[in-house]
Amino acid sequence: MTDAVTVHHAATEALSFRDHLPALQVLLPLMGAPLCFLLRKAALVSFFTVAISFACLAISLTLLGQTMGGEILIYEFGSWPRPFGIEYRVDITNSFVLVVISLVAAVVFAAGPGQARRSIPVGREYLFYSAALLCLTGLLGVTITGDVFNVFVFMEISSLSSYILIALGRERRALMAAFTYLIMGTIGATFLLIGIGLMYQMTGTLNMVDMAVRLQAVSDTRTILVAVAFVIVGISTKLAVFPLHQWLPNAYSEAPPIVSAFLAATATKVAYYLLLRFTLGLFGAALIFDQIGIDILLMPLSVLAMFVGSIAAIYQTDFKRILAYSSIAQIGYMTLGLSLATEAGVAAGLIHLFNHALMKGGLFMVAACVMWRMGSTHIDVMRGLGQRMPITMAAFVAAGLALVGVPGTAGFVSKWALVTAALENEAFFIAFLIMASSVLAVVYIWRLVEIVYFSEPETDFEVKEAPLRMLIPTWTLAGMTIWFGLFSGFSVEVAEAAAKQLFVGLAGAGA
Amino acid sequence: MSELTAQEETTPIKMRVRETVILRVVGKALVPFILLFALYVQFHGDYGPGGGFQAGVIFAAGLILHALIFGLDELRTAIPLVVVEIGIALGALLYGGVGVASMLLGSEFLDYGVLDGHDPAHGQHLGILLVELGVGITVTFVMVAIFYAFAGRSRQ
Repeated sequence: MTDAVTVHHAATEALSFRDHLPALQVLLPLMGAPLCFLLRKAALVSFFTVAISFACLAISLTLLGQTMGGEILIYEFGSWPRPFGIEYRVDITNSFVLVVISLVAAVVFAAGPGQARRSIPVGREYLFYSAALLCLTGLLGVTITGDVFNVFVFMEISSLSSYILIALGRERRALMAAFTYLIMGTIGATFLLIGIGLMYQMTGTLNMVDMAVRLQAVSDTRTILVAVAFVIVGISTKLAVFPLHQWLPNAYSEAPPIVSAFLAATATKVAYYLLLRFTLGLFGAALIFDQIGIDILLMPLSVLAMFVGSIAAIYQTDFKRILAYSSIAQIGYMTLGLSLATEAGVAAGLIHLFNHALMKGGLFMVAACVMWRMGSTHIDVMRGLGQRMPITMAAFVAAGLALVGVPGTAGFVSKWALVTAALENEAFFIAFLIMASSVLAVVYIWRLVEIVYFSEPETDFEVKEAPLRMLIPTWTLAGMTIWFGLFSGFSVEVAEAAAKQLFVGLAGAGA
Repeated sequence: MSELTAQEETTPIKMRVRETVILRVVGKALVPFILLFALYVQFHGDYGPGGGFQAGVIFAAGLILHALIFGLDELRTAIPLVVVEIGIALGALLYGGVGVASMLLGSEFLDYGVLDGHDPAHGQHLGILLVELGVGITVTFVMVAIFYAFAGRSRQ
C-alpha cells in the first residue's frame, strides 16, 4: 500500500497540474465565491457558478479514476509534511463522495435559483451564487481533508452558507427553520469540536492518519470514550439520525426547493461519510464495534428512523415535507448499513448514499418545478398535474419508484444490497423490517401518484410545463436513478472497494 | 438621567452624540491614530503580537467610531456598500492569490518559500505579509458591512 502512495516535495520536483487536483477541488469554488462579488451581473455569475461546479465534477471524476485502484493521493499544504501541516488525503471512499457532491452541485446549480429568485432583491443574485459556492466548498472540504480540525472549519463554512440559503425560502417560516437549523447545527458542530479537542489532548495531533495510529495506544482511556460519544452525537446531529432529526423537516421544506435539492442530496451524505471516517477510520472497527458496541445502539435507532420517518411522511400535506420526512427514513437505511458492522453493510450504506443523493435530488427538483409554476407544493395544487406538467411528473414517478425500491431503479440496488448484508449477518428480522418499511414508502409515493394522475385539477387556469432550464436538471437526476438501477456495476463496485478500505482503518492503511 | 431636558429626551441618541463638542473634537483627533495603529498592528504582525485579523478589527473600529460620532451617512459616502463588498472579495482573493502564485511557481498551495526565487526565507516573509494583508482587508470590510447592516436598519 505504501509504495502506491504519491508524496511530493517541492524541493525534489515541480508539481504538475495533475498533482494539484486535490487542492483545486476545493480551491475552485472557494476562490469562485469572492469572484462572484466582482462579476456581479446575474447572468454572468450564474454561468460562472455552473462552469465552476462542472469543473469540480471533472476534477472529482479524475480523482476517483486515480484512486480506484486503491492508491491514496496526498496533498501537503504549504509543503508542510504530516503531522505538522494540513494535508488533503484522497482515497476511494472520499473521492466517491466528492463525485456525489460535485455531480449534484453541477446539475442543480445549472437550474439557477428557481423560486428563490423571488426572495432575492433584484441585482443581488450574485450573493445567492456566492453562498451556493461557499456551501459547495465546505462540503467538498469536509470530505477531502485529512485533518480533523479542518473538518470542523469546513463544516462551519458549509453550515453557515446553508443557513443563508435556507432562509431564502418563500414563507417567513423559512427564517425560523434556518434559525432552528443554526442552533442544532451549532450544537452538533460544537459536540464534534469537543470530541476533537479531547482526542487532540490524548494524541497531540490533528492529522487523521497520525491520530488514528496514536489513538490505538490510548483507546481504552475514559477520555477517548467520552470523545467517541461527543464525536458520534455531533455528527449524528448533522446527519439527522433519529432522534436528532428535528431540524431537518422544517429546514428542507421551508428552504427554496432548489436549495433543498442540493442540501438533501449532499449535506447529510457528507455527514454520513464523516461518521464512517471517524468511526471506522479514526477509532477503528475494533474500538467502535467490539469494545463500545455502537452497533447495538445504532441499529434500533436506524430501524426507528425508517419507520418514524416513513409514517410521518404519509401524514404530510406538502410535497416537500413528504420528501423531508422520507429523508429521515432513508438516512435510517444508511446508518443501518453501518450498524450491521460488516463490509457488506457499510458498502450497502455507501451505495444508498449515492443512489439516495440522485433520487432525493431529482424529487426535490420536481418540487422546484412545481413551485416555479404553481407557487406552492401543497398536495392540493398538485391535483391533475400529470396532464398539465407531464414531463416533470414523469420524472417524479421515475425518482419516486426508486425511492420505493422498485426493481430496475437505483433504490432497488441499494435495498437489495442492504437486505443481502442483513441476511449475511443472519439478521432475518432486520431484513424483514427493511422490506416492511419499503411498503410504507409505497404508501406515500402512491398517494402522490394518485393525486397527480387520477384527480381533477382544482383550478382551471393554464399551467405550462416547467422551463427547460429546470427540466433538464430534473431529468438528469431522475434519469440517473434509472440508469444506475439498470447498470449498477459502477456504484456497487466503488462502494464495495470503499467499504473494504474503510475497514482497514486509517491506522492500518499507513500513509 | 433626570437632568435631561424635555427636548433632549425626545432627541434620538444619535443626534445628541453628534452635537457633543467634546466627542466630536476628541473623535476627530483619535480616528487617524486608531487607523495608524491598525496599520502598525498589520505590518508589525510578523515581529510582534498582531496580524491581519486584529488589524482589520482595529481599522474597522476606527471607521465605526467615526460613523458613530459624525453619522452613518458620512461613512457611507466615503465607503459605499459596493466598495465594501468588493473589498471583502479582494482580501480573500489576495490570500488565495498568494497560494495560487506558489502553485504556478511549481510548489504546493501556500508554500511561500518559492515566492522568492533566490531566498526561501525572504519568500516566506513576503508570503505571510501578503496573506495577512488579505486577512486585514477582508476583516475590515466585513466589520464595516456588518455595521452597515445593523446601523442601516430604520427603527420601526
